[in-house]
Amino acid sequence: MSEPWLVVAVVGVATIAFKAAGPVVLGGRELPPRLGGVIELLAPAVLAALVVTQLVGGERELVFDERLAGIAAAAVALVARAPLLVVIVVAALTTAVARGLELGAL
Amino acid sequence: MASGRPSALRGASLREGARAVAPLTPAVVAFGVSFGVLARASGMGFAAPVVMSATTFAGSAQFAAASILGGAGSVAAAIGAAVLLNARYAPMSIAAGPGFEGPRWRRLFLSQLIVDESWALAARGAGRFDMSAIVGAGLVLYPFWVVSTAIGVLVGEGLGDPNRLGLDAAFPALFLALLVSQVRTRPALAAALVGAAIAVALIPVASPGVPIIAASAACLLGWRRV
Repeated sequence: MSEPWLVVAVVGVATIAFKAAGPVVLGGRELPPRLGGVIELLAPAVLAALVVTQLVGGERELVFDERLAGIAAAAVALVARAPLLVVIVVAALTTAVARGLELGAL
Repeated sequence: MASGRPSALRGASLREGARAVAPLTPAVVAFGVSFGVLARASGMGFAAPVVMSATTFAGSAQFAAASILGGAGSVAAAIGAAVLLNARYAPMSIAAGPGFEGPRWRRLFLSQLIVDESWALAARGAGRFDMSAIVGAGLVLYPFWVVSTAIGVLVGEGLGDPNRLGLDAAFPALFLALLVSQVRTRPALAAALVGAAIAVALIPVASPGVPIIAASAACLLGWRRV
């Protein structure tokens, strides 16, 4: 098996197992109520980590670049209660424009 | 969707999930195309990236694997980073598990539609999840993701650098928007802040994916509240 196919196979099987863990292995069973308070907080904790890693995450380093301008613009759009697509487009456009300005300055 | 069967998918929730992610499809297509482009450039060939999108169906892990394969990284590093990134689906699917109904094989297939976006928008508070909303959202995202990957692989390098288009900022913006919809209580805000702090602290020292998994520990703040 070539290297890419090995990665595709192992990651695919692992991911399918992760996603099936709850619905197939524990499916139908309720979690103990004590755990409910914990699981309730999983979404905000993981989503916050996803924001951070996608925003300033690099290869074992924090990278502060034009994405910050994009997320700031997105935050303004969120406060203004803009629809999700607008928030995303504003973030991408702002970042692209910031990169363009930087390139122009060079 | 025969009504009356207790395990049936509910049409209203299916439509609600589909509608909720519809605005995301342009970003998903852009992300899928850029994954296809990057994977091809990383020497993954034509079929492997498309099969990966169809079986793994989790963008950040796929990007991690492709970028490591394309760089000097080993197969083990590519697998490790992608598996660690996707390990978050274990607690997420356990959280959503009680919401899944029907025979085992059906739960196996439908559970594959759990992605960050469908999971987050199917949360109904108090730790409950609406399976039909996950399925509705996933069924919209899945074909766009797979087909756009194929397009990206075909288009190849003609597209240019996706970062020039600011696409790398679209996803933190997306997750921020989803986060805002989840932070409705003080403990949720605390978990988000602690999770973000853990991620920031670990990014410089841990492999990609580890900060996300470690940050999930912030949910332990909810332990004593019962």
